[in-house]
Amino acid sequence: MAAGLSLVGGGGNRTSEIRELPSGLGGRWHSPVPPSPTLSELFAAHPRDGGWAGFLLPQLGTGKPLLWVQDRMAILESGRIYPPGWPGQDLIHVEARDARDALWAMEEGVRCAALSAVIGEIWGDPRALDFTATRRLAVASERSGTTCWLVRLSGNANLSGARMRWRIASAPSLLNDLNPRASGAPVWDAELFRAREIPPGRWSVAHDASAFHLVAASGDRALGENRRLSA
Amino acid sequence: MPHLAIERWAKIAASAPDNPIVLTVEGTHGLIIHAVTKAAAERGARAGARLTDARALDPTLIAEPADPADDAALVERLSKWSGRWSPLVEVDGDGLRLDVTGVAHLFGGERGLVRDVQRSFARVGLTTRVAVAPTAAAAWALAHHAPCICGGDMAAKLAPLHVSALRLDPDTVRTLERLGLKTIGSLIDVPRLALARRFRGAEDVVDALDRAFGRKPEPLTAAPTEPLPRAMFRQEEPATHPEAASQALERLIPDLVCQLQQRHLGARRLALHGFRVDGSVATASVATAIPSREPKHLQRLLADKAAALDPEFGFDAFALVAEWTEGQNAAQESLVEEPSGERDVARLVDRLTVKLGPRAVRQPQPEQSHLPERASGWIPALAKREAIELPPVRRPQRLLDRPEAIDVIYATPEGMPRRFVWRRAVHDIARAEGPERIAPEWWRSPSSARLRDYYRVEDATGRRYWIYREGLIGDGRGGLPNWFIHGLFG
Repeated sequence: MAAGLSLVGGGGNRTSEIRELPSGLGGRWHSPVPPSPTLSELFAAHPRDGGWAGFLLPQLGTGKPLLWVQDRMAILESGRIYPPGWPGQDLIHVEARDARDALWAMEEGVRCAALSAVIGEIWGDPRALDFTATRRLAVASERSGTTCWLVRLSGNANLSGARMRWRIASAPSLLNDLNPRASGAPVWDAELFRAREIPPGRWSVAHDASAFHLVAASGDRALGENRRLSA
Repeated sequence: MPHLAIERWAKIAASAPDNPIVLTVEGTHGLIIHAVTKAAAERGARAGARLTDARALDPTLIAEPADPADDAALVERLSKWSGRWSPLVEVDGDGLRLDVTGVAHLFGGERGLVRDVQRSFARVGLTTRVAVAPTAAAAWALAHHAPCICGGDMAAKLAPLHVSALRLDPDTVRTLERLGLKTIGSLIDVPRLALARRFRGAEDVVDALDRAFGRKPEPLTAAPTEPLPRAMFRQEEPATHPEAASQALERLIPDLVCQLQQRHLGARRLALHGFRVDGSVATASVATAIPSREPKHLQRLLADKAAALDPEFGFDAFALVAEWTEGQNAAQESLVEEPSGERDVARLVDRLTVKLGPRAVRQPQPEQSHLPERASGWIPALAKREAIELPPVRRPQRLLDRPEAIDVIYATPEGMPRRFVWRRAVHDIARAEGPERIAPEWWRSPSSARLRDYYRVEDATGRRYWIYREGLIGDGRGGLPNWFIHGLFG
């Protein structure tokens, strides 16, 4: 999962910054990875922002099937997962009636070591999604070694058993070298706001064919730390 | 079941038993009596007579329309229910035929079996006439004319019966009667050659005789070529507690798995039948994605459904049947006991499917189409996929099930969109790329379908959407083009 991301320069005029870097990409960025597969929680900055999916895609392994669970509200509000947008992924899609069924399906999936990952989308803050439920997922995931992503759409970051908690927002994309009026490589504003044994931070990252790259320095302390780490 | 129609009617109508009621069906010359109550029979009414004739004898008769279709449905249901005695049951007119070869000893001999059958049907309120005989034709003859159990003395038992017991057609019976051959016994004494010469074709008397005496095979047509793997468990007492089915399941599964193992089969579909005392059957069935005979897995699949079976007045027997099996060779998981991934996924899919339903657990199946919503279909998970290569075009990661109408501001009607309103939120389009034109599939859609121009747009905050304009101005298929949002890019 050590895919690279790169940082787009921070502050000031972003566009000029990008022009300085011909490809628009900065240093390589490694997504902070927990030492072993576990449960990560991922908050979409806005329910109608699909950016998190693009951020997730390069981090998924291939070869084994991927279990994707969506509850009904998630499908209605922000669309059903569209396989042609996920080339190379062997998907099993589960359409759950509600959060309870979705969590059940996720837990069943997480216990199965033959899956590459389990991704579950839950809309809002349902009662079924409490600390116990997330803790169960985390423990099951660590036991079986199947990575689990709990995607929260329009939810609040309440108490959770997730080992890593991200907040992902789309950011204006990089310059498209071929067509300046079209959007280029997508950029995500990724905030790791809680993690165990890993310092939290906030990065602007993009992904080229093989690696994540840092895109823009958002000018907070975490970025400095990250620079130190990568140096 | 000689009084099936009237007994069923009496049960539904809950009438007093001494009412002179006749059930009638439409005949060529008016109503014909189909079935009669005991009281009506005493007043001269009998099945087959015309209602007017019977009314002439006793005008107080109450006529009710019969419902042969529902009667037949009841017989059909009872035939399933009779699976408790033998796996081979066939509906035969208003009766049932059971192949009890090698079965009787389970019920304490043929006598015990007959008693059990009669008692069970009596509980449901049906009179039965039961006969056991070495051949199906003989059993039918005895059941209709002289119910008894016969073994080696079949010829003696059959001899005094009227020739109509051979199920010959009425004309043949009349001919035989005229010839003075009134009983089966007298018919046997006639040389076969003479009989064969006199009666041919449809009225083959020799053939009927041969069938009755077992010189010619008459297998039950319901018999499948190979019986399905089936485990049976009967309760001493009818069980009304809700856990009855789960407990029975625990006993049935090892039995069934053992049978599957012996035959090198794996179950694809299992059904648990709970036989209720009132003659109904409750069924819970599950399907698996790959053949399986692993007790734990099957148990886990069926447990919830079994627990949900409603015992109503009580279950007195259970059967677990592997309705659909596929070959599965004996396999050791592996030397180091590491379960194979494929099987693990299949088991996971089974569990998900059983709980959430087959429509909820699916995998993508690409289709030959350029329309985005049609290009990617969904089929049940782990079903066989057709290999269809899609052109490598950029597609969004998420697609709305139904494109949602948006309001778009554009520079020129045919040009790039500038701003759009989706779900009351305004998105200023910072960058846009397009159009990608997708024409309607004229061979599928109505002629009024309009083409779509797809744009990949990015709003000021960097969110990327897939929107399209349906139609062109002046394409003659409607007014101004409409705009829709169809997908979200990641």
